[in-house]
Amino acid sequence: MSDHCGPAEPAGVAVAGRRRIALVGSPNSGKTTLFNALTGLRAKTGNYPGVTVTRYQGVAETALGPVVLEDLPGTYSLTAISPDERIVAGVLDPADDSQDTPDALILTLDATTLRRSLRLAAQVLRADLPVCVVVTFTDELTRRQGRLDLAALGRALGVPVLAVVGGRRQQLGELRELLGGPATWSRPLVPPPLDAEAVSGWVDSVLASAGYAAPELDARTRRLDAVLLHPVGGTVVFLATMFVFFQTIFTLAAPVQGLIETGFAALGDQVRASIGVDWLAGLLADGVIGGVGGVVVFLPQIALLFVLISLLEGVGYLARAAFLMDRVMARAGLEGRAFVALLSSFACAIPGIMATRTLPSTRDRIATMMGAPLMTCSARLPVYVLLIGLLVPSDARVGPIGAQGLVMFGLYLGGAVSAMLTAWLFSRLGRSAGPALPFYMEMPPYRLPSARSVLLAVYDACRGFLAKVGKIILGTTVVLWLLLNLPAPSDAELARAGVDPADSSAVASYTIDHSLAADVGRAVEPVFEPLGFDWRINVGVLASLSAREVFVATMGQVAAATNPDDPSQALADLRVQDGPRAGEPLFTAPVLAALLVFFLYALQCMSTIAVLRRESGSWRWPAIAFTYLFALAWTMALLARVVVGAVT
Amino acid sequence: MSVMSAMSLRRHAAPVLVPASVGPVEERVATLSALRCGAAGTVTGVVADDPAVAQRLVDLGFVPGTPVETVRRAPLRDPVVYRVAGYEIALRKAQADCIRIAPTA
Ligand SMILES: Nc1nc2c(ncn2[C@@H]2O[C@H](COP(=O)(O)OP(=O)(O)OP(=O)(O)O)[C@@H](O)[C@H]2O)c(=O)[nH]1
Ligand SMILES: [Mg+2]
Repeated sequence: MSDHCGPAEPAGVAVAGRRRIALVGSPNSGKTTLFNALTGLRAKTGNYPGVTVTRYQGVAETALGPVVLEDLPGTYSLTAISPDERIVAGVLDPADDSQDTPDALILTLDATTLRRSLRLAAQVLRADLPVCVVVTFTDELTRRQGRLDLAALGRALGVPVLAVVGGRRQQLGELRELLGGPATWSRPLVPPPLDAEAVSGWVDSVLASAGYAAPELDARTRRLDAVLLHPVGGTVVFLATMFVFFQTIFTLAAPVQGLIETGFAALGDQVRASIGVDWLAGLLADGVIGGVGGVVVFLPQIALLFVLISLLEGVGYLARAAFLMDRVMARAGLEGRAFVALLSSFACAIPGIMATRTLPSTRDRIATMMGAPLMTCSARLPVYVLLIGLLVPSDARVGPIGAQGLVMFGLYLGGAVSAMLTAWLFSRLGRSAGPALPFYMEMPPYRLPSARSVLLAVYDACRGFLAKVGKIILGTTVVLWLLLNLPAPSDAELARAGVDPADSSAVASYTIDHSLAADVGRAVEPVFEPLGFDWRINVGVLASLSAREVFVATMGQVAAATNPDDPSQALADLRVQDGPRAGEPLFTAPVLAALLVFFLYALQCMSTIAVLRRESGSWRWPAIAFTYLFALAWTMALLARVVVGAVT
Repeated sequence: MSVMSAMSLRRHAAPVLVPASVGPVEERVATLSALRCGAAGTVTGVVADDPAVAQRLVDLGFVPGTPVETVRRAPLRDPVVYRVAGYEIALRKAQADCIRIAPTA
């Protein structure tokens, strides 16, 4: 999750002059785990074939000084059929000038799938590069009563072979030693054969000389699959898990959220009391603390979301999700892996869009990219929590179930269904392109993710969230504060409007009502008027084009300026200022519903647009996505307002 | 079997066909997709219109002589999880149709 909501491309490391060693191997064979262990970095790992979809570089210390290590996507074959595999084939192909061929390769071989992995090994060993084999998962091999003689495997392959389990530090010494001097590595006397049938013979002989006994069935996986992949049982378990999760987002996170809220309120008071300069106190207390604090409050929810996501990824559920959903996705003209890409978008649309690289077909990739921004990403979470808090009282229940959690569940479901329908639509439109490409999905055994990996994923997500708050959101918030507070009214102007200059809160609301931001918000009123938005919501919606959380920050500022003592109450008390609804509460149920639905659909994320451009190769698709989603957002929001208005 | 060698040569090779006379007559040429859940067989060949698909299935371990077993069907009957070469993999019917097998009695 290190790429939380930010375009993740190869990490920039000074490569010049240093030896480069690339990691190749089958998907899910532990390349990234090894890469992280050797470089001390934290690239994303997970028990799913196809986690890494891009090149990643880092520096590893060896016995003879540092080398540049390069993590690559996994591949079953050097005959590539999808973009992530083409990256590997390109790196290994000396004729490909767009990228430098590495000086040596580390080939990871999963000991539990050795028979298949050796077919890739045969292809890799034919590349004219020094190769060192790292056998992974020997712990699991032993647990499942398999056997492998590493020294004999080394002799049979003719290259250095050693075992590293899960990147354990104490097993890295020998490898670091080796990485220092690839020139000294032994090479096979005769390269493995090319012909498929001859490769089979070669694999058989290697396995026989290495005394390989394949592992037995993983009993735990069989038992779990019997439940989780059961047509009825599996669905029930899945929905129940999601349900419990959305309940905890409100019940478990709320107390912590309350604490953070109180903390920021106290800080705001402190600042107001101790800074003499009025405008500076306003900027800091209302703008920065009110706006940024309003977003940071949602850190507990973000943390919880990422606990769930990293558990799903680490355990090995994603491959099952692809398996279960493949038939449904086939209806949409897509495949199971597209569903996993959509599922990854629960964290953020960007890793979701990047995950489409595992899809062989261009049409599938574009269709999935169009759907991904509709999945409820973590940036929508704060907006949803804020608006649901205004819409549904926290003690409201539907039977035994908290109503807030239920609404949240509905929004996630709505996003997912809309994403699938959008993918279906775009896959229909792009019908003609390309031949039918094969669908296959390796089902790795269930594995217990280490507490460390889950904690790190959550930590990285939280850090990414705070970094985003610190950069984009802080910046926009300050600009917004200026727009909301300029021009400052003169005393004469206040007197003319009948506002008492001594009444600071009256002055504040007069200033905001006549600010530059108000002009902008009013200017777009014709567009949003049918949805029931007033100029303040408009400003929030416009500002959230940079990042969705900015909406929360804007509301936080408006609230802090109106009622610094109790910002959350201030929002509920806001009134419509002009037009036919003047005087009525602003956040009525229909308006809140319209807002929620608007945020469900609209593409308000600059980073997503940038990644869409990069992954699709032109501005055409991001432009289409933005227009399509805006039109959809507006229409559906209007529908929501009308429907909810009719019901309540 | 010359089928396999033809496939591994080049992606743009002509479609590969398996000789119809593989195995005794009573063992009709069956494909993996026809295998019942829980049943096992041995791969005898891979045949696909697109050589890239055939090549990929071979790379995934569906090599002549390899035992294969049907593990589980998805709720809507497709795809199906197979056990081959010591691991489990899900294939759609279209892919399973490409894999010729001799059922184990
Ligand atoms: N038991 C065990 N688990 C391991 C070992 N090596 C890696 N893992 C786990 O296996 C899973 C896959 O590891 P990754 O490092 O993401 O594999 P990868 O080869 O980078 O996978 P892709 O990027 O999808 O190609 C992770 O959940 C790891 O924690 C090992 O030696 N033993
Ligand atoms: Mg990886």
